[in-house]
Amino acid sequence: MTVHDDALVKMVNIWKSFGHVEVLRGVNFAVKYNEIVGLLGDNGAGKSTLIKILTGVHHPDKGEIYWKGQKLVGYSVAKARDLGIETVFQERALSEQHTIWRNVFMGREITTPWGFIDIKKEREETERIMRQYMGFTSAALSVDSVVGTMSGGEKQGVAIARALHFQADLIILDEPTTGLSLSETQKVLSFVEEIKKNGKSAIFITHNIYHVYPVADRIVVLDRGRVVGEFEKATISLEKLVEKLYLVARTGKLENNQESAVSGIEEKPGQDFQSLMP
Amino acid sequence: MARLKAAEYRSQLSVVFILLAIIVLFIVGSPKAFLSGDIYAAFMSTIPFSMIMALSLTLVVITGEMDLSFPSIMGFCGYIFTVVFHASGSFPLALLTCIVVGLGAGFLNGLLIVKLRLPSLVLTIGTQFFWAGLTQVLCGGLGKTLVPTKQSILYYLFVGRIGGKLPAQILWAVLIGFIIWLVLNRHRFGAHIYFTGDNPASARVMGVNVDKVKMVVFTQMGGFAAFAGVLASIEVLYFWPTLGQGYLLKTIAAVFLGGTPVEGGVGTVFGTFIGAIIIGILEAGIIAMGMSGFWTQLVYGLIIVVSIAMHSLLRRKII
Repeated sequence: MTVHDDALVKMVNIWKSFGHVEVLRGVNFAVKYNEIVGLLGDNGAGKSTLIKILTGVHHPDKGEIYWKGQKLVGYSVAKARDLGIETVFQERALSEQHTIWRNVFMGREITTPWGFIDIKKEREETERIMRQYMGFTSAALSVDSVVGTMSGGEKQGVAIARALHFQADLIILDEPTTGLSLSETQKVLSFVEEIKKNGKSAIFITHNIYHVYPVADRIVVLDRGRVVGEFEKATISLEKLVEKLYLVARTGKLENNQESAVSGIEEKPGQDFQSLMP
Repeated sequence: MARLKAAEYRSQLSVVFILLAIIVLFIVGSPKAFLSGDIYAAFMSTIPFSMIMALSLTLVVITGEMDLSFPSIMGFCGYIFTVVFHASGSFPLALLTCIVVGLGAGFLNGLLIVKLRLPSLVLTIGTQFFWAGLTQVLCGGLGKTLVPTKQSILYYLFVGRIGGKLPAQILWAVLIGFIIWLVLNRHRFGAHIYFTGDNPASARVMGVNVDKVKMVVFTQMGGFAAFAGVLASIEVLYFWPTLGQGYLLKTIAAVFLGGTPVEGGVGTVFGTFIGAIIIGILEAGIIAMGMSGFWTQLVYGLIIVVSIAMHSLLRRKII
């Protein structure tokens, strides 16, 4: 597997077990500067674990992480945030009963020396952020809108805009389109494009190849703790990719004549890339 | 206008409306009592004790937790105050010791809840019995006079009558209410209290120290319970061993009446302030209207059920 030298982040030979279960088995994974990477895989493929290691929640049993070429030691959640890795979680890490401006600055309030919040500044900044990153022109929404009253796509937008505002270099989108309607999904995809336009990178974790293909530069497929495929979008059509994913699902191999990419573990042909499909 | 703000105002407005309706009802039912200033002066002397604790408890409830031990902490700290005062003759020393003990008792609640992941409702039932029991054991069921506290200027500062009429404790309650409001609505810590109650998991990933927030709110609850204990004892110049009993449900009711939901995440200081007044005037009002004291609880029940139902309906309209 190639490890990219021009990488923003590089994870090398990552191993992780929980008890007797080997969840990650020598994963190499990298994201370049200003690149959107789609991370595809079924439930239990190891996507979440990989991301939790990248965000400092879990520590790998073995393996190294490099950020902008520097090897990371003593890695933690706080460190990841300081570096500029921001996760937009499935549940979006929003406080639903509060306003957009409160949410944008959650945990990072603009304060006076005594810790009092500069409400005026936070609201003005939010207004600007929303316009800049979300094309925020809807009359129905204002910085005072309560997040719980917004649509799923809009919430995702707030979370992404927040990440961009705080100068995250790498934004991790954890299943950002799951459970959203078609039009809401379109909104989220346009927010992902904003990330690219702003010169930042993102990892787009999903089950759904049709959601990630339009916005991704590269697609990495994870299966049972290993990277089984990696495709530059420029080199493969959507149809071809879908075909390959079916093949991986059926056989654990990328090519008909290839050795199994997931050799060494019990294969379950016919299992489960179903959910990768729409 | 923001929908949340609008709903919050509606909610607060409706509590004020309930209060006004009750006062009008009392004036009509008993004009003699309710058109004279005396009854209001009496209210202002008795309401602050539970009001101060209700204001403080609002923060605990907003974080999605509950504290049932504050009345016992109030009683225990009243005892500590009395003992230290009699031993040293110093009001400031007694006050300081008692507040520190209160903060410590609150901190202990917070520590156990956060570190051992104990449900606060259950844990504080335990600490409630513990502090009440400890008070009984230590004082042997006997009360003690606090008449000598009148020699201290602090007595007048806390429970004196300004201009011969206005009880000083109401000013303390208002001041404390203002400070708590300021922290909750203008300070970073207040924002963290709301985030903690709304969605602790989200708050955590966004860098809010949820555990610390909870510890601090339980600690301040203990401190304010201690302060209320001192005020309630010196107001009557006597420490009695069951000090604190009878405050539990009324104080909690004031918080809920004020529109802070038990699930936390939202809530207002102003709502609790009005809620505490409503709870505080009901009993006297019912009796002044010539109804028997037996009616009190029934009316409490009605008002509480109606108002929390109203708050819930108002909230569901927005989210």
